[in-house]
Amino acid sequence: MLSLLAQTAPGELVDGLQAIGAGLGYGLAAIGPGFGIGTVVGSAISSMARQPESAGMVRTTMFLGIAFIEALALIGFVVFILLLP
Amino acid sequence: MSILALELPPVSHLFDWPTIWFDGTFFAINKTVLVYLAATAVTMVLFGLAGRPRESLVPAGAQHVAESGVNFIESSVVMQTIGPEGRKFMPLLTTIFFFILFSNITGIIPIVQFPANSRMAMPVALSLLVWVVYNVVGVKSQGVGGYLKSSLFPPGVPKFLYVIVTPIELVSTFVVRPFSLAIRLWANMVAGHLLLATFAILSATLWDFFYVPAALPFVMLLFLTVFEILVAFLQAFIFTVLTAVYIGGSMHAEH
Repeated sequence: MLSLLAQTAPGELVDGLQAIGAGLGYGLAAIGPGFGIGTVVGSAISSMARQPESAGMVRTTMFLGIAFIEALALIGFVVFILLLP
Repeated sequence: MSILALELPPVSHLFDWPTIWFDGTFFAINKTVLVYLAATAVTMVLFGLAGRPRESLVPAGAQHVAESGVNFIESSVVMQTIGPEGRKFMPLLTTIFFFILFSNITGIIPIVQFPANSRMAMPVALSLLVWVVYNVVGVKSQGVGGYLKSSLFPPGVPKFLYVIVTPIELVSTFVVRPFSLAIRLWANMVAGHLLLATFAILSATLWDFFYVPAALPFVMLLFLTVFEILVAFLQAFIFTVLTAVYIGGSMHAEH
């Protein structure tokens, strides 16, 4: 492994590590918002099924919650683009 | 970049456009600016056509589109977030919605195929406008002291917790809100454009190589195109809803 690393030019190694970091970073940033959006939409669907007359208000609030949670994943995506070598 | 032996252009090639007219001056025009000018013109023509006086009460054509848009904004944005006294913000919210929608939807219109909001300038400008509007509304309806008090010291919090809550509220109300509005719109459009470009390049390369497997990414490309229509609507809607929520939040003190 070390001899393999020693053969590569230092710039390539940095680029490779940067790409790995970018990919891992976006993947990790998507975990939490994934859980969060799942919870929000699940609760919204069950409350819409219980009280169909309040569906309009629940839907607007659901989009709001999704928008707030999604910002975290999107910041991860921005970091991913910035880190690409 | 090459992924799976495919030659993908670097990311900047998808978003940087050469200047077309007035190169080097302050008024340089490239594809992004043209799309924004077209979106502005379409919005103005739509509402100009809808607003001219006419005899028939039954709406048709542009009038129908504009009236259902206004009704949609009124019933599902203003009424749900601000309430009846938010009707005076209808022009602002409707204009923001239709302008963002028209400059997003160019991402899937053939020949243009570039969502103008995937450049950061206009999302930042729009969210700064929203920032100014909701701060001015807050100061006007509650006074400077009342607005700062209700936004920095939310009631119902134990006194000693203000040490933590006030700095968080300060940063989240005055810094993070416009930042996250701009980032949300911009990053969604960048992501959609990247996905479409990736699958288009994939199917074009496979078509050159061997016909049959090119169908797979092409089906995905069609699906993503439909998905992008949804995203364009949804991002315009979310930007408008969040604007209304911020305005409503600074109009009424929390209690």
